[in-house]
Amino acid sequence: MTSSHLAPHSARGREHWLPILQQAIQEVFELMLACSLEVPTEAPPELGLDTTSIVGLAGELCGILTVRCSARTAARMAARMLGTDLERAGPEKWDAIGEICNMVAGNFKNKIAGLGDGCMLSAPAVITGADYRLHAQVDDEVRTVLLFEGEPVVLSLEIHR
Amino acid sequence: MDKLRALIVDDSSVMRKIVERSLRQSGLDIAQVFEAGNGAEGLAALQKNKVDLILCDINMPVMDGLEFVKKLAGVENAKGVPVVMITTEGSEGHVVKALSAGARGYIRKPFTPEQVKEHVLPVLESKPLEPKP
Repeated sequence: MTSSHLAPHSARGREHWLPILQQAIQEVFELMLACSLEVPTEAPPELGLDTTSIVGLAGELCGILTVRCSARTAARMAARMLGTDLERAGPEKWDAIGEICNMVAGNFKNKIAGLGDGCMLSAPAVITGADYRLHAQVDDEVRTVLLFEGEPVVLSLEIHR
Repeated sequence: MDKLRALIVDDSSVMRKIVERSLRQSGLDIAQVFEAGNGAEGLAALQKNKVDLILCDINMPVMDGLEFVKKLAGVENAKGVPVVMITTEGSEGHVVKALSAGARGYIRKPFTPEQVKEHVLPVLESKPLEPKP
């Protein structure tokens, strides 16, 4: 997407952010993992999603972007990224899922007018375990569930006040 | 073209491996790849090793990529060595900052091996390799 086609950055424009967020993650998977994410025909159960990568956004847009999946799915992603088998890629899964989240956040903000230079990204972090609560003053959320090799991947952009 | 020595500076070990694989897939004859997890480690690696190409992330702990590139001016082993940034920061402002700091190329993450080739080959061809001791 060229700069002349950037989506607007405003609260009103957020209604258009879901397809942009989906495009941002699709591009990361197509270019870095050589595969596409599928759109589920019905909402898949979000059980056992015990791996959450998180990148903070600050500046013109404040919030967090998270990518959540199971540890096994994260290992499969690492294997695809590295072009190796699951056993060898396993130790790299935290780094891989963190980098995926980082690239999705960067790719997303570069598609929104004013965010490319006006919004900074934190280093990615990874939370393990499914039973946690993150407390923040959330103003809005853009969220989608996609399938990677048939397993759910939850992508969420929480916008803070 | 002589065999290349490359330095890859990125805080993600997965990304360093992907960049190395992309370099090898680009058809370049790679003799050796050095890795560093941030700019400070990159500078330390250049104290001990001569390289022909540096690929560098921007957002890194300890010392980021822009500061690293600026400091290369004072490093003997980095003189004339082209630097290509590989980063999620894809805005025009970041590109201008990186090029102003001394980078010769800029690749946005996510990227394909073809894109690495497209950006790396021109900067290498514009700089004749010097014989190494």
